[in-house]
Amino acid sequence: MGERLGNLAIFGFGEGGWGLALLEGAAMTVLVSAVGLIVGGIIGGLVAWSRLSGHRLAGAVGRSYAALFRGLPELLIVYFVYFGTSTLLTDIARLLGHEGFVGVPSFAAGALAVGVISGAYQAEVYRASYLAVSRGELEAAVSVGMHRWLMFRRIIFPQVMRFALPGLGNLWQVALKDSSLISVTGLAELMRVSQVGAGSTHRPFAFYLGGAALYLAMTLVTTRVFDVAEARATRGMRRAAG
Amino acid sequence: MASKFVKALGLGAALCAGLLLAPASFAKDWKTVVIGMEGAYEPWNLTDSSGKIVGFEPDLVMDLCKRAGLECKIIAQDWDGMIPGLKAGKFDVIMDGMAITDERKKEIDFSKPYAVSPGAFLAPKDSPLTKARDAGKLVDLDKDPKGGDAAIKGVQAALKGKTLGVQVSTTHANFASQYMKDAASVKEYKTADDRDLDLKSGRIDASLDDYPVMVATASKPDASELAVVGPRFIGGAFGAGTGMGIRKSDADLTAKFDKALAEAIADGTVKKLSEKWFKVDMTPQS
Amino acid sequence: MDLDFAWRTFIRLIEALPLTLSIWLLSVVLGGLVGAGVTWMRVSGVKPLEWIARGYVLIFRGTPLLIQLFIVYYGLASLPVVRASIFWPFLRESFNCAVLSLGLCTAAYQAEIFRGALLAVPAREVEAARACGMSGLLMFRRIIFPIAMRHALPPYSTELISMVKATALVSLITLWDVMSVAMKIRNDTLVTYLPLIIAGAIYFVVNYIIGAAFLAIERHVTPHLRARPG
Repeated sequence: MGERLGNLAIFGFGEGGWGLALLEGAAMTVLVSAVGLIVGGIIGGLVAWSRLSGHRLAGAVGRSYAALFRGLPELLIVYFVYFGTSTLLTDIARLLGHEGFVGVPSFAAGALAVGVISGAYQAEVYRASYLAVSRGELEAAVSVGMHRWLMFRRIIFPQVMRFALPGLGNLWQVALKDSSLISVTGLAELMRVSQVGAGSTHRPFAFYLGGAALYLAMTLVTTRVFDVAEARATRGMRRAAG
Repeated sequence: MASKFVKALGLGAALCAGLLLAPASFAKDWKTVVIGMEGAYEPWNLTDSSGKIVGFEPDLVMDLCKRAGLECKIIAQDWDGMIPGLKAGKFDVIMDGMAITDERKKEIDFSKPYAVSPGAFLAPKDSPLTKARDAGKLVDLDKDPKGGDAAIKGVQAALKGKTLGVQVSTTHANFASQYMKDAASVKEYKTADDRDLDLKSGRIDASLDDYPVMVATASKPDASELAVVGPRFIGGAFGAGTGMGIRKSDADLTAKFDKALAEAIADGTVKKLSEKWFKVDMTPQS
Repeated sequence: MDLDFAWRTFIRLIEALPLTLSIWLLSVVLGGLVGAGVTWMRVSGVKPLEWIARGYVLIFRGTPLLIQLFIVYYGLASLPVVRASIFWPFLRESFNCAVLSLGLCTAAYQAEIFRGALLAVPAREVEAARACGMSGLLMFRRIIFPIAMRHALPPYSTELISMVKATALVSLITLWDVMSVAMKIRNDTLVTYLPLIIAGAIYFVVNYIIGAAFLAIERHVTPHLRARPG
């Protein structure tokens, strides 16, 4: 296994250097968090809609979903989704006549787990954002004769997203951090790569600190992106606080 | 508020009900075989910095697959998900320094052993284990029960009041919880690397794992204060050799690998690979 | 389903609950103390202190708790300078590392909660207090703290629940909390879901109790915001 590489060289890109592996891990982290956030957006949208719909049963299901997935440890949800999706899909496939294993790759299971958790919180963001949309605008849209889909597309969706941006920016940071738990499924995201590197080279301090630095960098960069998006989206909006 | 609580539990229960279905069983014409390995159990298998899994087992299985006319693919899997992953069909073979034990045989089948690997202790060079009786000797718990008992008592005395580290769900963990529980405190780790990090920092006083794994760890430049000490154990809780884990329903696959393995042992391939990775010959003597 | 196995699993998990709760309580208290200190630095008006406080919050909220935990548990232990220091007997124990790491993390979140609560105290109340001649400590005790505390209650309850969920991570540093016992039962018996389901139920009930308790406290201390009877 060669001589002992210096602490900086171990992060390099040459022979035996883990720099490339760490960056690939970081890319994987961003990818799985982004997909997870989108999945969470869909779930959160559905849950928010069910709660706002006024139907008692739908509202109850929505509230239960949020209560359930906000009350369980994220690590437990990751394990559950990871073990559960493969078995569920395999069983469904078997019912449909397919033989053999239906594999759910760690990426899909991980993104789904992040999404399931994020959705429970995104639902609340969307619900509050919807309630913040001026009633007057909705009434005006109806009186002009817009049908529901047009109203959603032109009035509701843009305004809800504007109000939701700060909350979503926060939930994106949460998704980035939750994605580190997917490491227990073996997916080669940043936490996992740091762990493998730390164990393989017996240098846990260097690798975990390096991994943390990369997470911090990702958080800072993406928060900047959200801040810019927020500034542009809320141009001209009157708000209580600046 | 209470009804929300009940509804949430109800939703949770409904989700769970859908998951308690019977496991699948598979039968196929074997062309491709997926092998599950940790990639973190040097020198059986390890992950190099390019992400590729290398080691004794990858080399061996590639040779066996060539002999059996199969196309083999290796995937990484955490140790504590090995048997569940095999049963769920995530892969078809487990090859991860897995000892053949009666307990495991209840869940899965094994090929014939491709290596015989005793359990050994890794500890600081000044550990009391260096002076334990039978230190440095191989003790067979099956063939020599009385000698085995004495050796175990010697280890218990050496580790009294200390902490022993093992990897979860291994034969070594079983041995430790069976025999060491009262003498020493036992810590279980998800990976061998994590355990050895704690050994180096002094959180635990000794590690128990496969002999070749301990030798490889002790030979690293940053392990100069550690050494393989105390007796080495085979048999009993440690199992009867290392084999490939295969689903019970795939007896035809087991037969294919057994045949290839017999050939590889006969023509010395296993010995050559064993000496390359373990520096000793660990071929089973049939 | 094997009811006997379910019951035995439940008992084993309940036996691990005290460890989970003690890690939770100690880390929350540690986080409260450190967080209060960070908030104090943040509102002190002394620029260097403010920068340190902002940096602290950024680092501990901007990185995953799991990696912080591993830095404290594995990272520090691998440094010879740490092993030779007076801190080593403390850091040698997994339990202490867990409390330290979780505590430092929640401190950052609690600091932000405290800061938000302080900002929510209306300026006019502080001015009125000063006009009455109240000294700093008296003003804090009688005016600032009661108002701020009421604003802090809802996010604080969320943070406490987050911390209960965070304790599940200590299963990854060899501590036998509810999560790791559930995983061990899974691995040993190869029963895939039941241990996780029972563990989930236990966590859910604990979080529900915390949420309900805080709701009751909130109702109690804000009678002026409740609807009038009749």
